[in-house]
Amino acid sequence: MSTDTQEPLWEVFIRSKRGLSHNHVGSLHAADAEMALRNARDVYTRRLEGVSIWVVPSSVITASSPDEKDSFFDPAADKAYRHPTFYSIPKEVQQL
Amino acid sequence: MTVVVADAAAVYTLRLADDSLVLSHRLAQWSSLAPTLEDDIALTNIALDLLGQARGMYARTAELDGTGRSEDDYAFLRDEREFVNCLLVEQENGDFAMTIVRQLLCSTFQLAQWQALTQSTDEQVAAIAAKAVKESTYHRDHATDWTMRLGDGTDESHQRMEMALATLFPYVTELFEVDDVTRDVVARGVAPDPAILGLEWEAYIDKVLGAATLQRPEGTWTPTGGRRGLHTEPFGYMVAEMQHLHRSHPGVIW
Repeated sequence: MSTDTQEPLWEVFIRSKRGLSHNHVGSLHAADAEMALRNARDVYTRRLEGVSIWVVPSSVITASSPDEKDSFFDPAADKAYRHPTFYSIPKEVQQL
Repeated sequence: MTVVVADAAAVYTLRLADDSLVLSHRLAQWSSLAPTLEDDIALTNIALDLLGQARGMYARTAELDGTGRSEDDYAFLRDEREFVNCLLVEQENGDFAMTIVRQLLCSTFQLAQWQALTQSTDEQVAAIAAKAVKESTYHRDHATDWTMRLGDGTDESHQRMEMALATLFPYVTELFEVDDVTRDVVARGVAPDPAILGLEWEAYIDKVLGAATLQRPEGTWTPTGGRRGLHTEPFGYMVAEMQHLHRSHPGVIW
């Protein structure tokens, strides 16, 4: 099958039972959002992975370019002080 | 192998088990062949749900008929004529439209049946039904969704759905057939009245077909016999394929 006969691509995000946020788990093809949701249920939650699903058309995602990797990410490499490792966290604070 | 019939309830649960097993096997035959990867997984997911329902019902049957047979005994060591599934579930997969129509007709029937069986006087049957309701709800949603898309889709998909309806609708009458077994289990509160299931089934099917711009085929012939072990020709081939491994390697596990 050539790619142009395929249905649009969707990105799938699943929130697990104990998870606090939806995580990207993969992608799939579907004609519309409703079918994408159904397909996501069948493809990605067969082993009790989740309690909530988001699907997003892949076409609406704007991604950073690999060419910009150096200027985007390297400047953060030598700034260890941005990590909050110099604070002691009280035990009562959860999910930080 | 001799068939021991302890009471009507055992025959009834065997029918439920065989319906689920045979439909499960038909859907499993789509494995690696479905139109898209996504629906390949969807159909085999449904097959696995049905297999679980069949296992529960075979276990209950073994208690009711007093034979203590294993699930494998029922699935792999009975001959074609000993299966008491309805004819609809054994019909060949055909094209995707045929499979979807079969799913719509079967899952609508099974869901209504499982819902009613949650009130069964047989507590084990009621417990299996409670779990199966959730599964069959999804099966019916899946079939409904595809029926709308294909019925109200392109000229070709609409035409294929019409052909599938014309082919499969005759087998529906058997689902709501009344015989000595159903009379007995209905009287004892083990099973729901087929006539009431039939009304529920019709109401839902008419609604979906209407929304999908499809028509219910006009009255035709009404084949029957599955509940007495008289099956359609393709079923023998299916049973042979399904049982081959177990019969070639008795008791094989992996």
